[in-house]
Amino acid sequence: MAITASGPAAADTVAVVTATEGRPARRPSGAGLRRRFPGRLTPYLFLAAAVGLLLLLTYWPAANLFYYSFTDWDGLDQTKNLVGFDNYVQVFTDPRIFSVFGVSLYYFAASFVQMGLALYFATILSFSTRFQNLFRGILFFPYLINGVAIGFVFLYLFQPGGTLDTVLSWFGVTDPPQWLGDPDIANWSLAGTSVWRYMGMNFVLFLGAIQSLPGELYEAAELDGASRWQQFWAIVVPGIRRVIGLSFILAIAGSLSVFEIPFIMTGGANGTSTFVIQTIQTAFNFRQVGLASAMAVVLLIIVLLVTWLQRRLFPDEKVDLT
Amino acid sequence: MTTTASGPRLGAIRARTISARTAKYLSLVIAAVCTLLPLVTVLFASLKTKQEYGATGPLTPPENWLNLENFAIAFDSGEMLQGFVNTAIVLAVSLAGTIFIGTMAAYALDRFEFRGKKLVMALFLIATLIPSVTSQVATFQVINGLGLYDTKAALILLFMGTDIIAIYLFIQFMQSIPVSLDEAAMIDGANRWTIYWRVVLPLLKPAIATVVIIKGIAIYNEFYSPFLYLPSEDLISTSLFRFKGPFGSQWEIISAGTLIVIIPTLIAFLLLQRWIYKGLTSGAVK
Repeated sequence: MAITASGPAAADTVAVVTATEGRPARRPSGAGLRRRFPGRLTPYLFLAAAVGLLLLLTYWPAANLFYYSFTDWDGLDQTKNLVGFDNYVQVFTDPRIFSVFGVSLYYFAASFVQMGLALYFATILSFSTRFQNLFRGILFFPYLINGVAIGFVFLYLFQPGGTLDTVLSWFGVTDPPQWLGDPDIANWSLAGTSVWRYMGMNFVLFLGAIQSLPGELYEAAELDGASRWQQFWAIVVPGIRRVIGLSFILAIAGSLSVFEIPFIMTGGANGTSTFVIQTIQTAFNFRQVGLASAMAVVLLIIVLLVTWLQRRLFPDEKVDLT
Repeated sequence: MTTTASGPRLGAIRARTISARTAKYLSLVIAAVCTLLPLVTVLFASLKTKQEYGATGPLTPPENWLNLENFAIAFDSGEMLQGFVNTAIVLAVSLAGTIFIGTMAAYALDRFEFRGKKLVMALFLIATLIPSVTSQVATFQVINGLGLYDTKAALILLFMGTDIIAIYLFIQFMQSIPVSLDEAAMIDGANRWTIYWRVVLPLLKPAIATVVIIKGIAIYNEFYSPFLYLPSEDLISTSLFRFKGPFGSQWEIISAGTLIVIIPTLIAFLLLQRWIYKGLTSGAVK
């Protein structure tokens, strides 16, 4: 990775320094250094800003979220009345709230399409192809585009008589539906937009993983007479299982917390509201901070649960910090 | 490849390879068209006059490819210049802050043994799991309590304070910098701060570049934080979002505004491709 870039530079400096000091070039670890210079407070000073902000902007709000979720706070009042589990009961019983999770299913289904496409294109583009970089760039670029801009691009695409309808009319579809106006279809349109937006990220992840597989495997398989299709199932898929597993978990977490695309494009109208939109509106439009906090906590717990499952199912996925 | 195959079988394989190759390129071209078509039609619309837009279909190319009037209107009445300036300010300060805070934290975590190190690592790790959009319900109260609501400082603080990926990238990179460098400097009488500032930080340049790129793109694209915390001023995302109201169905102008937002991203992508791929993949897998 990028690490190699500094390799020579670092080595040069080492050489210069050791030449003047006349000491052995590299020590296996910094243990000696640490013993000689304990400096008790120093690491804490270096960490202070990062940990301070982490506590202030992540853990303090998270703790408050739990506290608010047991109150009827409106976000303004000086007093917060404890109401026990009332908010949670409402989250699970009020059909307007919990049923919104159903909308996630559209995005979850779409994420399979997204991963399938990404895997296909990553596989074919990992073998030598003309205009490889051009295709790679085109497929990846949407991921970098501003979400609001994507929202407008697709509002324009989906509008009646717009690009999509025109293209469909070439194929003889004369009576296209209202892509965003019809509640039966709007969620599919938005999920499709989300595939367009995020496919590139999966694609680049898969491509990186496939390219890191040793080339001899393919050669050996070819000598044994394996077809491309057999190579795909026997070499590529097991080889990048880790990344596929990771993407799968990200897809679940992502489809539970869909927000930008529907918020920008429809504002949650026509049955396209998602759980996060609902939470945000409950908090900031209807000023029911207590209820919104309970919703946020529910989502948080679900996401943590999914992540825990991931760690159980793909133990080698553990983030390696050392 | 198929050295052992006999004559006719070789022919069959070759025929299959050719049709496979056709299918491969066909699928690539279809995918490229599907990706580009939505953007191209927006480009068409942005170059049309109002009358022309009304009279022609979305796939009809514009008459005059140099009609930039809509871009001028969008830039001007959409107050996009202000949006760009505000975005640049927030971007520059947040990036500088992220780099200092992140590299200092990484330096402490990689080069020191101290009580509570494991705990701090765990805190950073768990924090990556909390979906930030939902916790805004409570984060909002913190920002409000600090008196930062509706200031750029609120955004800067949020962007600086929640970047755990950057810290990981720095730690990962710092592990490749030999500790003997620190030792040598220390023998020369340098204190810890000097080592961080004069030795470690300059060597971290490639990692810093990666963070600048991926974080820069993320801040440029961020929509909800400015929408929620800075209602009276616009960053580039929110200034574009505002097109929804006043320009109603004037799609030629909305399209121009959309492209004004996309073009800097395109330029950055073309110039920095290699770094972007690397940065995003190393950031995402963490």
